[in-house]
Amino acid sequence: MTALTILQAGPAMTIQDLGRPGYRALGLTHGGAADPTALHEGAALLGQDPNSAALEMAGSGGQFRADADTRIALTGAQMQVNIDGEPLAWNASHLLPAGATLTIGGARDGAYGYLHVGGGFDVEPVMASRSSHRAAGIGRLLQSGDSLPIGADTGGETSQTLPRDTRFGAERVRIVASMQTDAFDDATRARFTETTFRRDPRANRMGARMDHDGDGFATGGQLTIVSEVITPGDIQITGDGAPFVLMCECQTTGGYPRIGTVIPCDLPIVAQAQPGAALRFEFVDLDEALAAETRHRETLATLLKRRQPLLRDPARIRDLLAYQLISGVVSATADPFEKDKT
Amino acid sequence: MTDWPRIRSVGLSGLLITFAQKMSEPANRAALAFRAAVEAQDWPEVTETSTSLVSTFVQFEVSQEAITTMTDRLRGLLETRDWFAEPLPAGRSLWHVPTVYGTDLAPQLEEAAEAAGVDPDTAIAELSQSRVRVLTIGFAPGQPYMGELAPHWDIPRQQGLTKSVPPGALVVAIRQLIIFTNASPTGWRHIGQTAFRTFRPGSEMPFPLSPGDELIFPSITRQEFDRIANDPTGGAEREALA
Repeated sequence: MTALTILQAGPAMTIQDLGRPGYRALGLTHGGAADPTALHEGAALLGQDPNSAALEMAGSGGQFRADADTRIALTGAQMQVNIDGEPLAWNASHLLPAGATLTIGGARDGAYGYLHVGGGFDVEPVMASRSSHRAAGIGRLLQSGDSLPIGADTGGETSQTLPRDTRFGAERVRIVASMQTDAFDDATRARFTETTFRRDPRANRMGARMDHDGDGFATGGQLTIVSEVITPGDIQITGDGAPFVLMCECQTTGGYPRIGTVIPCDLPIVAQAQPGAALRFEFVDLDEALAAETRHRETLATLLKRRQPLLRDPARIRDLLAYQLISGVVSATADPFEKDKT
Repeated sequence: MTDWPRIRSVGLSGLLITFAQKMSEPANRAALAFRAAVEAQDWPEVTETSTSLVSTFVQFEVSQEAITTMTDRLRGLLETRDWFAEPLPAGRSLWHVPTVYGTDLAPQLEEAAEAAGVDPDTAIAELSQSRVRVLTIGFAPGQPYMGELAPHWDIPRQQGLTKSVPPGALVVAIRQLIIFTNASPTGWRHIGQTAFRTFRPGSEMPFPLSPGDELIFPSITRQEFDRIANDPTGGAEREALA
């Protein structure tokens, strides 16, 4: 079986797919990729199932080598990347030749980058998913020297690219009311939507604290609220009045009140926000939220159609002069019909 | 006409049916019985159900129409009976989980006993004979919140946090017990230690406990504990409840 060896592991690399639904009643959240949109993009670039397991790289990547020619795709936060020193395009698919070294650096416009392989990573599933869920003790952080088995690739094109999505660096995050929204008075809710927050640097797969200047966002009865179900995207207000957006690996129940919940298609904006990035929350009504979700699903469904062949940018080719670039060039001064005249 | 039970929307995820404002045994029983009844309806739209302390959560693909339809159905089902008087659902288990009380393994037994106004021996006698129910599972996979203990065990959480209790720790506060799934900081007092693993990924029964199950924590010696310490079942015995 083909394998990808991690020569040098970044600080927080895990295997992720679309998660493990169905266990909420038993205390296990869905989990899966922090940015599921990136999984769909990688799958479209390689022409495979979006649930194929990929490598999620928080903050920065690492160095890798495959023992056979392998199709790869790179999605999510843009990271510096090269194969044996030759720079590659992000948000694109490539061929990683056997024995070559793939080097992925730090994230430049987001928090989570993804490395996909044709056939997906074939690690042992746990309860029907290959996702690591570290809060639950499933899977682990990947280490230098780990060898990841790769599933059988059905094959297909490489050097395909997708247009860059707008979720990177976006500020506006749409939220809907949830069961405890009306525990906050009108003035508090208004102030919440008028505040520009900064993503706290300590954010992780469980949650992202939002920092702001000024007072907290307390409810009157905050401490007496009985523990209730949590869904990813819920914005809980913790004891000090700071909002905390609960992410894919959050707990299943909690006693802090929720001021609202981020709509699923906007949760990748929060996941991909860089430390200190500005975020604003805007309440939308159910119709608008549902329309946004429908549009998002349509976008995901048409990714395959929107991919395009990757054009090499001459400005990024290092040894440009070694290329024969002038074949077929017609002289501006030559008379193309000269031959016919004689 | 009372305010309860109350149906509220949970973002774009589904509907929450809450039976009371505060934790109580009948409200918890109502939530468990109602979830079982929703499951029995086998509505194709429902993708997942769960319970928290006093609520049932019904997840489905949300739209304006789906919310209206589901709210009507849930109201209809609520009206069929008095959920606070319902028995617990069938298919539950009674677990006997051997526990060391106190010692260096569970250093806060004396402190908890004092907060409850009993001496340590009485505390062990009471705790080891109390039969508690899994009120809900949450915070970590398979982690049970169990109750309710006698009213004098309505002791508050401690002011500071214990830095870390190990997996299998039995802790107490507010008439409830928890067995910790993973090592974790906690404000609850560490009174007993079990070798029972509440989440066993990769095994045939990854989540041994379900909401509604009942548990007893018989007292064992440190020597007996050392014998079962590495057994993930923690020497527990399970019997079916009729």
